[in-house]
Amino acid sequence: MLQPSGLNPNITTDRDMPITTDILRSCYRKMLLIRRFEEALADLFAQNLLGGTSHFCIGQEACAAGVLSAAANTDYIVSNHRGHGHLLARDLEPARVFAELLGRETGYCGGRGGSQHMCAIDLHFLGTNGITGGGIPIATGAAAALKYQGKDDAVIAFFGDGASNQGTFHESLNMASLWQLPVLYVCENNGYGMSIPVGVSTSCPRIADRAAAYGMPGKTADGMDVVNVIDATADILEYVHAGNGPALLELTTYRYCGHSKNDARVYRTREEEAEWAQRDCLERAAARLRDLGLEDAEITAIQEDVRSEIDAALKTALASPCGDESHALGGVYA
Amino acid sequence: MPDVREDYFSAAIKEALDEELDRDRSVVLIGEDIGIYGGAFGVTRGLWEKHGRERIWETPISENSFVGVGVGAAMMGLRPVVEIMFMDFIALTIDQILNSAGKLHYMYNGQVTVPLVVRTPGGAKGGYGPSHSQMLSNLFVGIPGIKVVAPSTAAQAKGLLKSAIRDPNPVVFIENKRLYPRRGPIPSGGDFTLPIDKAVCMGRGTDVTLVAYSAMVPVCMELRKAYASKGVSIEVIDLVSLQPIDTETVFASVRKTGRVVCVEEACFTGGVGAEVAALVADGCMDVLEAPIKRVAAKDVPIPSSPELEKMVLPSAKDIVGAVQAVLDW
Repeated sequence: MLQPSGLNPNITTDRDMPITTDILRSCYRKMLLIRRFEEALADLFAQNLLGGTSHFCIGQEACAAGVLSAAANTDYIVSNHRGHGHLLARDLEPARVFAELLGRETGYCGGRGGSQHMCAIDLHFLGTNGITGGGIPIATGAAAALKYQGKDDAVIAFFGDGASNQGTFHESLNMASLWQLPVLYVCENNGYGMSIPVGVSTSCPRIADRAAAYGMPGKTADGMDVVNVIDATADILEYVHAGNGPALLELTTYRYCGHSKNDARVYRTREEEAEWAQRDCLERAAARLRDLGLEDAEITAIQEDVRSEIDAALKTALASPCGDESHALGGVYA
Repeated sequence: MPDVREDYFSAAIKEALDEELDRDRSVVLIGEDIGIYGGAFGVTRGLWEKHGRERIWETPISENSFVGVGVGAAMMGLRPVVEIMFMDFIALTIDQILNSAGKLHYMYNGQVTVPLVVRTPGGAKGGYGPSHSQMLSNLFVGIPGIKVVAPSTAAQAKGLLKSAIRDPNPVVFIENKRLYPRRGPIPSGGDFTLPIDKAVCMGRGTDVTLVAYSAMVPVCMELRKAYASKGVSIEVIDLVSLQPIDTETVFASVRKTGRVVCVEEACFTGGVGAEVAALVADGCMDVLEAPIKRVAAKDVPIPSSPELEKMVLPSAKDIVGAVQAVLDW
């Protein structure tokens, strides 16, 4: 059984900078937006309004919200198959993300990409990616281009514990270190590669320890605590932005849902799930906000605001048209 | 007017790379041993000394990821030219070519382009053996979003590579180990480019059309000469572009001759020749005087022994047999 406490024995945050109420409130809202978005999506599947599959990130919201809160808006993002959180944390419009998932013309990729292939280049979001580990070399190449072009931006590559066993992880981290590229590799370790527990798939109990093999710093943080994620990211990203080369950040987290929509979660116990739910990122952020002096009414107001934003976004998306045949068949070549 | 000089096919590739590196700062080379060593076949020799490590990204042995690095860099506006040392190794890179390079422009709805070139030598050259000899052009039949180009002469090598580098799409650029040491005229001094999506009629004829590409083109041209002395008129079409296939040029030739033999070095089954045959059957049935014949490598891995290798590769004798069959039909 995955022990929440046992998973991250060495959480380190060196920074002493307190998170402001504004930042925490903003992250809380984002995490809530992500969760309500995913829940709305689950409803759409239940109503048969969505085809295909989706990989929900419910439970992992602090990773996306925290990392992107600490990152510069101009830093480039490469995401993976479980990317809705990253998209929303980068401020893509929920209506257009819904529209993309619903296959509508107004979606970020006009319905061609869907969940696992969504890109918003204007927001420096280089795309979600449906091949496990497929985005890691792309992020590395983007970082190589940034360095070559003399730009100050960094690239942040999100992937899961499962992807850390792909050859692309090893190959890319090796190259990024050799070439001192401005890239932060963020491994969201949610304990399972589909059904396989990390302990069964991964020879190294702490994925961050793999960084040592590539001569780069590796750090583990509590991916269920947005403050810890922000602190850890800010620290390690400062190192990357300073031109020191790449780094690896592991965020220990847990997906409350199955791997994808049809997963009955037979490979883990309900007790384990309940234990992780006690560390819920939203509950913890709300508690911290109360500690910082926020009234319950303010928190309720955020919740209602998010609820109405999601409702409106979904309504807009559902009313959007699908592309025509020329859209389906065109645009293969530039 | 550009000067024309005589040089090796491999020198033409180097000249194209050198000129494009000079012309456009967004061009970078990526690959194994392409620096001081000059590449396994010496194609990039001298470029390292001239352009330096900033432009020539010599990589560890990590084919899939350095093609992915090329994709990522291309998305950011660079024009990477990746070398895969032997075409057989391209198997290691298929994920990034198929799922990234070929799909990103479409699936991201035109928000990005991937102006990436993947150069690689296919083909057998006596003794390299099963993992270093195959012509794998057939792997790229039916991957939308990528272009596939295979030059057969030194001039083509230069003009097509320069165009491939400037193309906004990913291009798999198939070289050939048997072509590297062949010499031919190379236009130099001007900005010499050739269209990468057009087949070329290499020699006119009226009796039989040979549709070939890469190192099978010079073989077909030799045969054309031999047939001419026997009063048989052979037309040789060099496909040049394996994806998309220039049906206009192929069909125009078939409409003239009525007889077609597809010649290639890849395996017989599921190859470019099979695709051309299907297109011709569909588009030119009314003028065909004989069944479409295909000459290709046997569906066998390339054996190491040069003697055994010859038995697997398509030979001039195989082409003669096919030409005779369509003439006798």
